[in-house]
Amino acid sequence: MSSCRETLSRSLLALALATAGPGALAQAGYPGVGRPATPGEVRAWDIDVRPDFKGLPQGSGSVAQGQDIWEARCASCHGVFGESNQVFSPLVGGTTADDVKTGHVARLNDPTFPGRTTLMKVSTVSTLWDYINRAMPWNAPKSLSTDEVYAVTAFLLNLGGILPDDFVLSDATMAQAQQRLPNRKGVTTDHGLWPGRGMGNGGKPDVQVVACMKDCATAAQVASFLPDFARNNNGNLAEQQRLVGPQRGADTTRPPAANPAAAAATALAAAAVAPRASVNSPAAAALAVAQKNNCTACHGLERKIVGPAFRDIAARHGARADAEAYLTAKIKSGGQGLWGVIPMPAQTLSDGDARLLAGWLAAGASQ
Amino acid sequence: MSSHDRLSGRLVKAPENFISPAGVRAVFGEAQAGRRDFVRAAYAAALAGAAVPAALAQGHPLPTEGGDANILELPAHSKGLGQGVATDGYGKPSKYESNVQRRPSPGLTQTAQSSVSFAPLQSLFGIVTPSGLHFERHHQGWWDIDPSRHRLMVNGSDDKMLKQPLVFTVDEIMRLPSVSRFHFIECGANTGMEWGNVAVPTCQYTHGMLSCSEFTGVPLKLLLDMAGVDHQRGRYVLAEGADGASMTRTVPMELIESGEVFVAYGQNGEMLRPENGYPLRLVVPGVQGVSWVKYLRRIEVGDQPYGTKDEAVHYIDLLPGGQHRQYSSTQECKSVVTTPSGGQVLLDPGYYQISGLAWSGRGKVKRVDISVDGGQNWKTARLQGPVMSKCLTRFSLDWVWDGKPAIVQSRAMDETGYVQPSTRQLRAVRGTRSTYHNNAVQSWMVQENGEVKNVQLS
Repeated sequence: MSSCRETLSRSLLALALATAGPGALAQAGYPGVGRPATPGEVRAWDIDVRPDFKGLPQGSGSVAQGQDIWEARCASCHGVFGESNQVFSPLVGGTTADDVKTGHVARLNDPTFPGRTTLMKVSTVSTLWDYINRAMPWNAPKSLSTDEVYAVTAFLLNLGGILPDDFVLSDATMAQAQQRLPNRKGVTTDHGLWPGRGMGNGGKPDVQVVACMKDCATAAQVASFLPDFARNNNGNLAEQQRLVGPQRGADTTRPPAANPAAAAATALAAAAVAPRASVNSPAAAALAVAQKNNCTACHGLERKIVGPAFRDIAARHGARADAEAYLTAKIKSGGQGLWGVIPMPAQTLSDGDARLLAGWLAAGASQ
Repeated sequence: MSSHDRLSGRLVKAPENFISPAGVRAVFGEAQAGRRDFVRAAYAAALAGAAVPAALAQGHPLPTEGGDANILELPAHSKGLGQGVATDGYGKPSKYESNVQRRPSPGLTQTAQSSVSFAPLQSLFGIVTPSGLHFERHHQGWWDIDPSRHRLMVNGSDDKMLKQPLVFTVDEIMRLPSVSRFHFIECGANTGMEWGNVAVPTCQYTHGMLSCSEFTGVPLKLLLDMAGVDHQRGRYVLAEGADGASMTRTVPMELIESGEVFVAYGQNGEMLRPENGYPLRLVVPGVQGVSWVKYLRRIEVGDQPYGTKDEAVHYIDLLPGGQHRQYSSTQECKSVVTTPSGGQVLLDPGYYQISGLAWSGRGKVKRVDISVDGGQNWKTARLQGPVMSKCLTRFSLDWVWDGKPAIVQSRAMDETGYVQPSTRQLRAVRGTRSTYHNNAVQSWMVQENGEVKNVQLS
């Protein structure tokens, strides 16, 4: 079916291209489709910065300026020192003064080092600038000025011990920062996974094996499996399998069954129970509002993320006589200090949504 | 003890509640009366559904008396009037299918906006992923973008890279000659949690950052030709999204020149779902999903790769020795058995169809072999046609489970002759910390109790 359609499309395409004639702009083949982009439009969207700094706008920012912006705009997710793993992988850590000299991050060879920070991995400083410029801060991307992007990039590199405290990062000094990047020599394109000719080895696979069919040499020893205590880590698997067919899901709220009959029985019984929260309940409405307004990026129902769990807020403030009004005001104004050092910014959701959430929290944040 | 004795001994030594006391009385009562068929039927019933409401027992026991109530007593739907047309203007799956959902893996990410949900591969048939179950990967949350306000720009990294930068509306993109093609999309980090050890229980979580759709759109080559691209200099293409992340990735011009890469607006006969990039996304067959930029707003042609965040900080593969592979893009040949698979319970010994999915970013799947003994012996599976390039291929093999432990694996080979490696073979070259591009053979252990477990072999 698709091949018929494709053939037809291809013939149309060939026909259309043929009518454009040699040397003519192909656009001529599709009159009325597309128009020239204006210089202003291209400037508005063409924001990418390449490793050779093509696209980098003029501007500058100091480490000190970057610190102020960082604490106001970045620290709530990334931590005051860029070290936080509460929301995202840490940005800073794992690099040394020696790495700055060699251009290779030595800790990448240490399997016991927990995780890999951004500064351990990144090999091009343009990448940091470009990404901060296009996508940060997380909840207000593209809101930093060009100078602010330089300043934040400078401060981030300063946190990693890469740039000195008095450094001013600018289009003129980006190359100096590149020369100090700890993992600047840490990448290779010598592999077979680039489907083009400009880089890589032309597509030659690094792992080459032969398909043995009979009496193959394999120990077939089970070396890794999920321990029984972890069998429910991804939720009850009985509720994640279809209720009809050759198999059921294992009821992972219980220990493994001793025998096939018992396993089948528990799987069938568990499959029969499919509790579903009513979508019309007040709790569902509040959770939907929390989701819509991105509250759940920082607050889990039962789990602290950046901010406290909804249940913990309910437990602390639910008993106040003015709980609903108090929580409405806190949602709208933001705050800091009650639950730790990471501030909650003022939220711009509607009064109605704020009251709905506050009322739900005051009533115990039920599910 | 003879083997026969052991077998019967196992039957006699049934666990508590295996047959209800009433059942035991009935069985022995009937047995004394010499009705041996009834004894067999009662055992079959007990095996299939001990302590379970009779209506749920799907093991298809022989009826105890008279016959199956589901046959003998006509159900309401056979004796009444059903619902009318267009009860729901956009139909939904049966209410009995509510377990079939895409799901996040708990603890994998700490925000829902930069996260992933996994497609329920264990519950899917054929090769097409229903659009509502397509896996999701968002880098800064998803949007439902007004198509009348969306634009696609084509420009160059300098003034001479193309003759004329262009802007298209979605209306215009949809006016151009289109192609519809089936392709898989797999996240480069699919199976990434399993590099070092088993981490998750089911194929939804091990392999569910994989989906396959019929996509419809305009070849990117056509748009670049309209702009008059200098193909001598312009060997790299940057794709950029319109969302907060404004995701960017570099794509080689060779793939675009081949005609394979297209700007899609259609998915499985309807428009793209918002979670999958409505109204426009790039389709880059064979290449990891991150390059299939969603909410596509801009294509830039350049003479160098771009070193974007998702090709310089993420989606780089750490190798033994401390170097990272950069611009790794191709998804190599891979397969997974989806039934039976981890977290499932086989209800009885007997016949099963082993079935799964195979794919390759380098072309068509040529062959899939299946082992049920942990890789010592293999049989070649049936491939369900049509087998298409850079597309999922469904495979199957007949299997009679004897009730003994079995380790089920699949191993795919593509038309280039590349063979999917075992975990050991892959690790021997790449170690265990690459995060991305884990295409090792998956092993599922069917245990004696019927429960299937995700295992890795030494």
